[in-house]
Amino acid sequence: MYEHMTLIREFEERLKWLVETGVPVGAVHYYTGQEACAVGVCAALEPTDWIASTHRGHGHCIAKGVEVHRMMAELYGKATGSNRGKGGSMHITDVRVGMLGVNPIVGMGATHAVGAALSAKVRKTKQVAASFFGEGAASIGAIHEAMNLAAIWKLPVIFVCENNGYAQSTPVEYAVSVPNISDRAAAYNMPGVTVDGQDVLAVWEATVTAVERARAGQGPSLIECMTYRYYGHHQGDDTHRYRTNQEEDAARERDCIRRFRLQLLDGGSFSEEDLNALDASNRQKIDEAVSFAEASPLPHPDELLTQVYVADPNGDAE
Amino acid sequence: MITAAVRELSFGQAINEAIRQEMRRDPTIIVMGEDVAGGAGRAHLGLIDAWGGPLRATRGLITEFGPERILDTPIAEMGFLGAGVGAAMSGLRPIVEIMFVDLIGCCYDQIMNQAAKMHYMMGGQVDLPLVIRTAYGTRGGDNRTYGGGAGAQHSQTLYSVLAHIPGLKVVVPSTAYNAKGLTIAAIRDNGPVIVLEHKFLGLSAKGAVPEEPYTIPIGRAQIVRRGRDVTLCGIGRMTHICSEAANLLLAEGIDAEVVDVLTISPLDEDTILESVSRTRRLVVVDEDTPTASMARDIAARVADKGFDDLDAPIKTVTAPDSPVPFAAVLEAHYTPSAANVIAAVHSLFGSGA
Repeated sequence: MYEHMTLIREFEERLKWLVETGVPVGAVHYYTGQEACAVGVCAALEPTDWIASTHRGHGHCIAKGVEVHRMMAELYGKATGSNRGKGGSMHITDVRVGMLGVNPIVGMGATHAVGAALSAKVRKTKQVAASFFGEGAASIGAIHEAMNLAAIWKLPVIFVCENNGYAQSTPVEYAVSVPNISDRAAAYNMPGVTVDGQDVLAVWEATVTAVERARAGQGPSLIECMTYRYYGHHQGDDTHRYRTNQEEDAARERDCIRRFRLQLLDGGSFSEEDLNALDASNRQKIDEAVSFAEASPLPHPDELLTQVYVADPNGDAE
Repeated sequence: MITAAVRELSFGQAINEAIRQEMRRDPTIIVMGEDVAGGAGRAHLGLIDAWGGPLRATRGLITEFGPERILDTPIAEMGFLGAGVGAAMSGLRPIVEIMFVDLIGCCYDQIMNQAAKMHYMMGGQVDLPLVIRTAYGTRGGDNRTYGGGAGAQHSQTLYSVLAHIPGLKVVVPSTAYNAKGLTIAAIRDNGPVIVLEHKFLGLSAKGAVPEEPYTIPIGRAQIVRRGRDVTLCGIGRMTHICSEAANLLLAEGIDAEVVDVLTISPLDEDTILESVSRTRRLVVVDEDTPTASMARDIAARVADKGFDDLDAPIKTVTAPDSPVPFAAVLEAHYTPSAANVIAAVHSLFGSGA
């Protein structure tokens, strides 16, 4: 878990540096600060389980096992990217590792997770589907329709609300009618818990419980993870127009990586050197990812018009 | 080669048979939608299969395939169509019914941003074998009452807002025969296909349907009547209006060819252009409103690629740019009729034709 959390942090920090030095990686939404949510949830899932993600999806991708060099190449718009350069940050997908897609139309991923869970139920595969969404998405109808469907059909879905306090610049206490998003679970007759989203073990533990329930055919659960995004809504967003320095400093005091690192060191199974070695290895992975992205070929112009339609296996294609 | 018995089926029965035969063949096919069976969850009262959709096209399926594969949904188009998209990405082949095309406003993102774009923006990683069936259309001028007279929010045609989106295939069957073949083709397609089913085809669509499963290729128009003097290009029910007009025109010595478009996206330009190259005149007949419509799209493509073959301007016969009215007399005026088509043809031959 520590390795995944720091790999996400390293990826996002490098990406931020790339953006600030003018590398055209498109529109990006940094996940920095929320690493414990993605990693805690995905650590409780099997590789064959599904996740559906949001516009702020790099962390979910890495936590579920999408290779960082294919992600970086996608951001560079290269043919070797996860989506062959046709998706970009807001559509990174890797179905081979159960990653159903970053999805920037807020709330839609939840409905797709419900569909994947329905598929698992009909095909009797015992897979579960986790749906990440922000507290901003908690106000859109699609989320509520998804929760109701999952509840009435007892589908194996784990709804994971990452409450980072802001929908772009709109604070949660303005936009949401209840004190906790998890309160809404009652409306769909499913368990709802609020956990410290800066504590990866707390997120993991809540997810393990929800996954057990889902696999047992008892239906969906809602987990609200209280977290914080360190940077703006997207690259270039000045958070000081709607947040105070004091608030940001206090949030960084609760940094999920520093906290988990201390827990690991206290536990005695890992030494400072072990963790430093992991950090160095992550830095190298990101170095290699950037080199791979830079060296990769651009998509051929013909790619513009391929895959508009799904090719007919009988040859009546495109 | 189709050898099995040929019976007369209604439009709805033909679609029902298509779905039933495909579901027998492929256990990953499921059906979802509001009241696709009806009376869900009350099986202990014997109330299953209470409805079956507006065309009764899904009636009886639940008794054969059970509630695991025939899923009545709550009223949540955004949610259950999204579930269809997610299920199609993960191993199922869902057939989702949106009761009326007027309701796509409730789930349009799932159509235009999700289903249509997944395969492309994910770099071809996922297929999306999803069928969306939806009923459309006015009652027209034949004084139907049951289910007709539904007014502005339950009578629209809305072809163009679907055909406009790259990545979607959009088919519009016009007879029981082509409804079965296009529905099976849609189910077997590995990408999203929308099937638009006119609510009031009635007797004009009833016809001989082979019992065996068969497909009609998506993306091909069909010349349903040969003629020398003018091409009448119809979509869905308007194909029957074109044929009716062609019969009346023949009596006055004008020999009209009728093209049934069948797939509005991707459009079969070749068949339409080939027809126009022989008849040298074109009237496009479309039940949708005209601004940014299929009628004008077809006209523009023929003007672009077939201008030298034309002896007269292209004419379009469409609904007006207005909401669908309620009163039967107004709705009859709203909906293109054979008389409207004949008037358009006359204008191509000079007033005395």
